[in-house]
Amino acid sequence: MSSPAAAFDPGLSWRLHHQVAVRPEPFGALLYHFGTRKLSFLKNRTIVEVVNSLRDHPDARSACRAAGIEDAQQAPYLHALGVLAQSKMLVTGEA
Amino acid sequence: MTPTDSTLAPVINTAPPPVGQPVPRLVDQFERGLDAPICLTWELTYACNLACVHCLSSSGKRDPRELTTQQCKDIIDELERMQVFYVNIGGGEPTVRPDFWELVDYATAHHVGVKFSTNGVRITPEVAARLAASDYVDVQISLDGATAEVNDAVRGPGSFAMAIRALENLADAGFRDAKISVVVTRHNVDQLDEFAALAAHYGATLRITRLRPSGRGADVWDELHPTAEQQVQLYDWLVAKGDRVLTGDSFFHLSGLGAPGALAGLNLCGAGRVVCLIDPVGDVYACPFAIHDRFLAGNILSDGGFDNVWKNAPLFRELREPQSAGACNSCGHYDSCRGGCMAAKFFTGLPLDGPDPECVEGYGSPSLARERVKPKPSGDHSRSQPVMLKLLTTPPARLCNESPV
Repeated sequence: MSSPAAAFDPGLSWRLHHQVAVRPEPFGALLYHFGTRKLSFLKNRTIVEVVNSLRDHPDARSACRAAGIEDAQQAPYLHALGVLAQSKMLVTGEA
Repeated sequence: MTPTDSTLAPVINTAPPPVGQPVPRLVDQFERGLDAPICLTWELTYACNLACVHCLSSSGKRDPRELTTQQCKDIIDELERMQVFYVNIGGGEPTVRPDFWELVDYATAHHVGVKFSTNGVRITPEVAARLAASDYVDVQISLDGATAEVNDAVRGPGSFAMAIRALENLADAGFRDAKISVVVTRHNVDQLDEFAALAAHYGATLRITRLRPSGRGADVWDELHPTAEQQVQLYDWLVAKGDRVLTGDSFFHLSGLGAPGALAGLNLCGAGRVVCLIDPVGDVYACPFAIHDRFLAGNILSDGGFDNVWKNAPLFRELREPQSAGACNSCGHYDSCRGGCMAAKFFTGLPLDGPDPECVEGYGSPSLARERVKPKPSGDHSRSQPVMLKLLTTPPARLCNESPV
């Protein structure tokens, strides 16, 4: 178990919690955490791509870049990732 | 943010759309329906040890056509393929099915989480310990009064004690965050604080939902549904103290009482769009409160499986079309309440494109006061009153002469 993310650090490596499932939807995706039983919505496909590819990148910023989001445009995406980290949908490192 | 739950699931955080271009509101997306329900209710059996006066499914006796264990497993396989994340299992009393725990285990092993509703009859210390060991099972104990007197008047003698024993067993076993599920009535609306205290005492979460005139509820709704003043009281309580309270999004008809968004949840009728109901014989209805031929979309066994019914049933396609506001068209609150609950209108004999019977503007009252034709139930599994047998003083002349009825 990783410690709860008090502040989201985009310089760290992040990935989906192993109990989280992603269901693609026309508007983006539904995320469901089987442990906390919480549901979350990803409201566009770019953020879905970022979330799905987090584990392939050393940190959140490079996952965003790989999805075609320039550094200057990353703020809202990093905010969205932070919200997901707060609800434990995302965890850091290899835990 | 505020937790809501389950017809529309606990939407704790909604990751915001991280782009400049306008994105359609989620509610608008949902109104057009999804490829699979977000969650669904599955009544596993019509058999029940209780006979609550407001039972949505008119349960009591098992239906001889109820799905077999294998048929249930096939449905679970299909739900897994469709990525339906969890099911709300109910009944009847689902735990009286001999294969209940087998099906729960099968579902969770196939990535379909389970929340089941029970009156507590089978939640022994052993069962509670077993439940505490699973991450994927959530338990909801039904309780309709914070005291035995109020509860048992609706749910039957001894039902309060049974529910409390179940809650004790769960707490003792270390099961965290069970749900206490309350249908709000005229007689328990003053007990909301007591319910919250009960929940806190057992380390549980309070869930309160709306009384629907469905099933046997049709017979008691007029006397049991909260008065107009009590609706306001309920709304105020939810806004003031509802932070940790689940509602299944069931009070969206009250959202016109305050500022938009004051009431947590999506405030949308999800029937046939993001939720539905599977009944014990495999019939699929638009929502758990609409067990009636009018809202029957199809049958899983005879209509090519759940996926096909969900995607192609004419009823569901119709529900995903834009709905007419009808008589509510000119009302300023229409955008927040959307005309209220379809099932509540239908079962009280009101037009579907008019105000909810509990419309906060009071627009439902004149229709309620008028002569109404309530729809006849299309199914009933209630146990009939026990037939008292007469003792014969002389033997019948022939064996067939004494009628048992």
